Amino acid sequence: MNEKKIKSSLGTILKYVVLIVGALFTLLPFVWMISSSLKSATEIVRVPPSLFPEEIQVVNYAKAWAAAPFGRYLINTVIITVFTTIGVLITTVLSAFAFSRLNFPGKKLVFSLFLATLMIPGEMLIITNFITITKLKWIDTYQAMIVPWLSNVFYIYLLTQFFMQVPETLYLAAKVDKCSDFKYMIKIMVPMNKSPITTIAILNIIGSWNSFLWPLLVTNSDEMRVLSNGLIRFQTEAGSSYELIMAASCILVMPIIIIYLFLRKYVIEGVAQSGIKG
Amino acid sequence: MEKKSLKGYLYLLPALIIILVFTIYPLIKAVLMSFYEGYSIINGSFDAIGLGNYKELFSDKVFRKALTNTSIYVVFVVPCSILLSLLIAVLLNSKIRCKGMFQTLFFLPYVTSVIAIGIVWSWIFNSNYGLLNYVLSWFGIEAVPWLNSPDYALMALIIFSIWKSMAFDILIFLAGLQTISPDLYNAARVDATPKWRVFLKITVPGISPMIAYAFIMGMINAFKVYNEVFSLFKSSAGPANSAITVVYYIYDKFYNSADYGVASAAAVVLFVIILALTMIQRAVSDKKTA
Repeated sequence: MNEKKIKSSLGTILKYVVLIVGALFTLLPFVWMISSSLKSATEIVRVPPSLFPEEIQVVNYAKAWAAAPFGRYLINTVIITVFTTIGVLITTVLSAFAFSRLNFPGKKLVFSLFLATLMIPGEMLIITNFITITKLKWIDTYQAMIVPWLSNVFYIYLLTQFFMQVPETLYLAAKVDKCSDFKYMIKIMVPMNKSPITTIAILNIIGSWNSFLWPLLVTNSDEMRVLSNGLIRFQTEAGSSYELIMAASCILVMPIIIIYLFLRKYVIEGVAQSGIKG
Repeated sequence: MEKKSLKGYLYLLPALIIILVFTIYPLIKAVLMSFYEGYSIINGSFDAIGLGNYKELFSDKVFRKALTNTSIYVVFVVPCSILLSLLIAVLLNSKIRCKGMFQTLFFLPYVTSVIAIGIVWSWIFNSNYGLLNYVLSWFGIEAVPWLNSPDYALMALIIFSIWKSMAFDILIFLAGLQTISPDLYNAARVDATPKWRVFLKITVPGISPMIAYAFIMGMINAFKVYNEVFSLFKSSAGPANSAITVVYYIYDKFYNSADYGVASAAAVVLFVIILALTMIQRAVSDKKTA
């Protein structure tokens, strides 16, 4: 009996050791980013490296902020994230409502067409979309970075599933009361599905905030750059001032981590849905 | 049921326009452009229709390098990430303290900007002052030129990618584990079945659809790797293109060389590969649920 007890408590210890090692491996780049961003220019290149800064240099953030127009990049990123997310929510709610409640000719066909587009890698579309944006003379504008992303089929699919679970009888009752479709959608469907709509909003905020390749293609001027593009440029410009590069990286990463920590339930559920859907 | 009317299209219109203009049209156009030889984007003229772009693509050493790199990447990143994630997910699913904290933490790489954290990794891989070479020096290993030598560049990319893809794999494995009925485990406990047998006979079959899904998604993502390369190698594809990927190749061909024909041919190849992988994935998941 005693031997068994020892064995099981050894098992428990081993379990925690593996989890903690895994957690440290996951956290290490984040810890290293923050720690490096607070070191002085001489400490950062010291061998052996110190895990934590000897003297905390918050001034690195101010230096990085002044070395490149990060304020401008931040504003651009916020503008694009906010407008894309609002737009995506509007198109998603409208489409999900059409697919779940309205009856129109060719509905099944259009739905299959929508789903089929999920198989197209967005990366193959950049060539033609770049030509389209050039022809529209949208290069270096906000709409170039917003409009192509105003619809997302995965979100439409997700929300349609949730809308379908709302009992049909509610809809019929509303019809009897002469409630219009649009009013029903806004007053009943949207409030009843706050949670999936929040999930969609957060996933989209994360996606827009972190987007890189498309904004890189459709902007030329420094004033139109988003944070991720500005950061890549700064990486080359700042040379070996790694303490400044790390501070700038923190500026890009932290807002999303804060949102994630507060609303992680929605993020995790949303991503898990994509896996279960298969 | 209400009778059919065209009103539904009014609601669909915004999404439909975006999808037609920015997804369906570019798909068709990319396929067409891949067959146009000597295409000019200014007036839309071309010399001939044929397989010239594809011939050029497959005889291009850089593209072949991109395909080889993707294969090596798949062979290392996908199984390593799946095995490590499976271990973590099974432990997370057992009775432990701070489960929520661990779960939140393991998912962090998924929400983080690849560009920013890639730059952090490039600092960790730095050959003179990097953390990794310092740790390796404890074991008497001399400084490795991770990002400056064609021999190590792909390995650096692989290490970074395993770190990154574990977040998604752990999450879906954990979701899969939670769907396995606890009755099965209770029955095994009553029968005093050894733990390794429980793992092989209940856990693995229970989440095998998730493993298949993670495997194919991992392969699909391998073909799309781009931001990782861009951030690790300071906007290049590594020394002597040693870490080039298919998407990097497409970007370089059309954006830097304005070679729209060959870039489109590469995009079509990417599309066909991903379509095939998606079909396999659908077939596998249908079989499992049937």
